[in-house]
Amino acid sequence: MSLNNLDQLYRRVIMEHYKKPRNKGYLDENNVTIDMNNPTCGDRIHLTLKINDGIVEDAKFDGEGCSISMSSASMMTEIIKGKKVEEAIELADIFSKMMLGEEIDEETLDELGDLAALQGVSKFPARIKCATLAWKAMEKGVKQQELK
Amino acid sequence: MNEFRKDFLILNQEVNGHPLVYLDSAATSQKPEQVLEVVRKYYDFDNSNVHRGVHTLGNRATDAYEGAREKIRKFINARSTKEIIYTRGTTTSLNTVASAYGRQNVEEGDEIVITYMEHHSNLIPWQQLAKEKKAVLKYIDLEEDGTISLDTVRKTITPKTKIVAMTMASNVLGTINPVKEVATIAHENGAVMVVDAAQAAPHMPIDVQDIDCDFLAFSGHKMCAPTGIGVLYGKQELLEKTEPIEFGGEMIDFVDLYDSTWKELPWKFEGGTPNIAGAIGLGAAIDYLTNIGMERIRQHEHELVAYALSEMEKIEGLRMYGPKDPEKRCGLITFNLDGVHPHDLATVLDMRGIAIRAGHHCAQPLMKWLKVSATARASFYLYNNKEDIDALIEGLHAAKEYFNNVIE
Repeated sequence: MSLNNLDQLYRRVIMEHYKKPRNKGYLDENNVTIDMNNPTCGDRIHLTLKINDGIVEDAKFDGEGCSISMSSASMMTEIIKGKKVEEAIELADIFSKMMLGEEIDEETLDELGDLAALQGVSKFPARIKCATLAWKAMEKGVKQQELK
Repeated sequence: MNEFRKDFLILNQEVNGHPLVYLDSAATSQKPEQVLEVVRKYYDFDNSNVHRGVHTLGNRATDAYEGAREKIRKFINARSTKEIIYTRGTTTSLNTVASAYGRQNVEEGDEIVITYMEHHSNLIPWQQLAKEKKAVLKYIDLEEDGTISLDTVRKTITPKTKIVAMTMASNVLGTINPVKEVATIAHENGAVMVVDAAQAAPHMPIDVQDIDCDFLAFSGHKMCAPTGIGVLYGKQELLEKTEPIEFGGEMIDFVDLYDSTWKELPWKFEGGTPNIAGAIGLGAAIDYLTNIGMERIRQHEHELVAYALSEMEKIEGLRMYGPKDPEKRCGLITFNLDGVHPHDLATVLDMRGIAIRAGHHCAQPLMKWLKVSATARASFYLYNNKEDIDALIEGLHAAKEYFNNVIE
């Protein structure tokens, strides 16, 4: 494997999200807040979700981590905004399948938008946890909301 | 020093299409044929439990197991094999000191002194002990270059201090600490000195009588031995007074329905069937290292680290942590490349067959002190050479260029 294979991992769009993350910051404390970290490498994310009537109205994140973890968080907050909670969870499922290296059809890939760029992570097993951190946080947040 | 590379078959392979460059020995070292062969022979011909059987295999296993203990005693110049306790590794050794000696001797209001550069293994046991006993946990602050000043040590240790626990060589900063001088200060104040030698025992000569430490811990797997075996050294008079914390087979002398007595040292601390093959493997690793000479290994790593420091200094945007003077360091370098997260850096290097560590290195309070969330680390051992460092330098340049381009 040469450095060219890295292009499968570090797609331009990923590095753009890393450099200019969308939805960086906090929503006020009345919203769902989730803190998660990856104890093996120290990546951490602080995610706030504004959920009303089953719709994710807003999402913001802050955190520290590698380009994969932070760009995944940026893309995730972007895509789930305005979606129904069930749709967000469905996306999390698709994303998780993608990380496991399962075939994803063209149509579904299109649905993922920028996130499709993270498909290459599945070929780097050591980095899958980086990519899924934000998604795990989102799923946890949704569960928290349901328990309220 | 390249003459030893051939002993490590693992190094003779390609990873991702490039010759393997293993620069993660501070996490775990590779194992030479000489050690693997001894372990294999034990299982092939002598496998048996120790201190139980009266048959020939049992005797052979016991002899090899206890023979390795004598090798360890000599390796660190302990007075007696009674002072050498087999454990699972440094973490278990340090936890044993905290849970056994610590719990029996620390009281409310007492002080436990550690440093900001401790590995979690030499931090959390003391933190938890302090919480349990309502004792005060005090940190020795670091100098700007990541070293420890004896003046600060003198100010931090007081007559209230019961335990001083310090690493001999930092797994992040590379700093070699003046543990001998600190032990003197600890003793002047009536405290015991605990030394974490996980990053020291594999790389430099250790003399526990010279250091005059009360306890010292290290792991086999960082010094060419198998995983799951480690050592706790303790002064005999302290170990005699300390009650064991693990009870069961192997460590008992006489068991009655309502009371029991323990075996003598060191076995009273070795409950259950031990890691016999591991212990024998550690003995073989000590033979291997001693044949080369610990001074020579230290010198070799010193040359590598001095070369690496001077080459890495030339890379713009590369920040290195710890003392600049190679004399004050062990054979590892922790660093960050501006704009590139260490995990991303490690992945790029991995694509070139170069194995380094990236993360917090089980030293989160130290990361806080350094004001970073993670770092990259390259660590060297006797089988590394100048070419390995050249590969690292080239890899760092490539990573820098790659991320500059991909980000624009």
